[in-house]
Amino acid sequence: MAAVPFAPVSHPSAASLISARGLTKRFGDFTAVDAIDFDVAPGESFGFLGPNGAGKTSTMRMIGCVSPISGGTLRVLGLDPAADGRRIRAQLGVVPQQDNLDTELTVRENLLIYARYFEIGGPDARRRADELLEFVQLADRAESEVEPLSGGLKRRLTIARALINEPTLILLDEPTTGLDPQARHLLWERLYQLKRRGATLVLTTHYMDEAEQLCDRLVVMDQAKIVAEGSPRELIERHVTREVLELRLPADDQAPLDGRFDGLEPLVERVEQRPDRVLLYTSDGEAAVERIHERGVRPESALIRRASLEDVFLRLTGRTLVD
Amino acid sequence: MTAPAPIRDFLVLPLPGMGARHLIERSVLVYRRIWLVLVSGFFEPLFYLLGIGFGLGAMVGSLPGPDGQPIPYQLFVAPALMATSAMNGAIYDSTFNIFFKLNFQRTYEGVLATPLGVVDVAIGEIAWALIRGTLYAIGFFVVMFVLGLVASPWAVLTIPAAMLIGFAFAAVGMAATTWMRKIQDFDLLALVQIPLFLFSATFFPLSTYPAELQTIVQLSPLYHGVELMRDLTLGHVGPWLLVHVAYLAALGALGLLVCSRRLGRLLLK
Ligand SMILES: Nc1ncnc2c1ncn2[C@@H]1O[C@H](COP(=O)(O)OP(=O)(O)O)[C@@H](O)[C@H]1O
Ligand SMILES: [Mg+2]
Repeated sequence: MAAVPFAPVSHPSAASLISARGLTKRFGDFTAVDAIDFDVAPGESFGFLGPNGAGKTSTMRMIGCVSPISGGTLRVLGLDPAADGRRIRAQLGVVPQQDNLDTELTVRENLLIYARYFEIGGPDARRRADELLEFVQLADRAESEVEPLSGGLKRRLTIARALINEPTLILLDEPTTGLDPQARHLLWERLYQLKRRGATLVLTTHYMDEAEQLCDRLVVMDQAKIVAEGSPRELIERHVTREVLELRLPADDQAPLDGRFDGLEPLVERVEQRPDRVLLYTSDGEAAVERIHERGVRPESALIRRASLEDVFLRLTGRTLVD
Repeated sequence: MTAPAPIRDFLVLPLPGMGARHLIERSVLVYRRIWLVLVSGFFEPLFYLLGIGFGLGAMVGSLPGPDGQPIPYQLFVAPALMATSAMNGAIYDSTFNIFFKLNFQRTYEGVLATPLGVVDVAIGEIAWALIRGTLYAIGFFVVMFVLGLVASPWAVLTIPAAMLIGFAFAAVGMAATTWMRKIQDFDLLALVQIPLFLFSATFFPLSTYPAELQTIVQLSPLYHGVELMRDLTLGHVGPWLLVHVAYLAALGALGLLVCSRRLGRLLLK
């Protein structure tokens, strides 16, 4: 495909596309987003990683100018959403958490009418619609109704729709939640294409692998607050060890750890007991396994893996991302 | 990090409200494939005209017209049914269809992520509903003309009058729909629509109602639509028509305002 499905920013060194200071969202007495600060630079792929209810969607809706802020300041594309919402929205591509495709229209009509909402019409709209259908590999379903499409195809159409106005900034709220692995990988590949061509992506997710694959930089959100910020690699280096030894103990051996893993420092930096397993954070998994064996611990299974953002989240909040 | 971000300067932003035309385009696109649904709505008032206007009319004979002169019953009923067809057409698309789009299809959430706003949505949807009402009224007018039930050249003004009736009912219908929580709530709609249809001086003159009820009838927006249509088709024209026009226009404007506010509250939380 020749056309670039988004508007490249002319001065990549320029200011942030989004800047939030003390950004807050309240619903009545409940605070869904609690005074968060962040900046998104042009060309960057920026993520909000956090479990359900962390406040990700509330934040995205404020950025998307469809939810008034309750406190702090927010600038999107240098403009104030309260005053210039229409002007900002004209330059956004939004993939909401829940698909809201027009089920009374066909696949292609969805793109054509969306183009009209952005004042794009005629041959321009048709050309873009066809290009985008190619881009998300839906060209053969152009005349199909929306309803019979699978979740993955609907998601792809929603992404195509979000690109119809060549957005400066693309907002994706949980782009692959609820999809099967195959559909998810195809979406990741398409989003990676956008990123590679220089698009600015802002996405939310509660999948650490998604965050690791797509985000140059991310913030970890929990209970309305940002608890950490950095690139996936930085976050892992800063908050957890390089490797994790996962032990599954026999079913009859679920007693408290009663010191069995004590005194393994500095080899084992930290021990985390989960309902079904014990995690040992270590710089050297092999060595840790040996030490455990020496102590006579006989786990059902022992798995050494690289530390992930999931471990970062566990470290910072004491809870898991996906329950 | 707070210097202005790059903005594309070739961006054209239409005035608020202008985006409404895209919602009308959307409706045209939707109905292009299900036009039969549109056609069916045309027949109901026609059946009333044949059944009641001509059937019952044969027994009633004539009754006093707006200026006191006796007129045949068909001539009395036909403009009222034209007003009703404008009302019904407007209500079809401003109630259940809006409910569906608002609560199940999330159509407007998609629309509001674009430069369009709640005012565009309210105007666009009300405009489409009034267009539908007007189409039915025009169809009905053609039938009236063919059957010789158009008594005055003033009757051409029944078309803009039908638009006004459509506007009032579409705006009020859509405003009411923003409060509907479940499909069963629409039973209430029938509870309002049927008495409106029967008791808005549609089938018998205002003077035949008991005095206490006359005041209530005069509050009915359809009553004002019916009177407007009747006077225009019979060429009984005077400044009092402006009262009907003002009442319907005010109701429509109020409904439009309420719709925009409510959509904002529901969708821009
Ligand atoms: N319209 C609303 N009214 C009241 N509470 C809300 C509303 N929207 C979200 N919340 C609450 O705010 C919190 C954060 O929600 P959300 O931003 O959707 O989180 P996430 O997207 O991270 O799952 C949740 O506890 C949710 O119940
Ligand atoms: Mg969410």
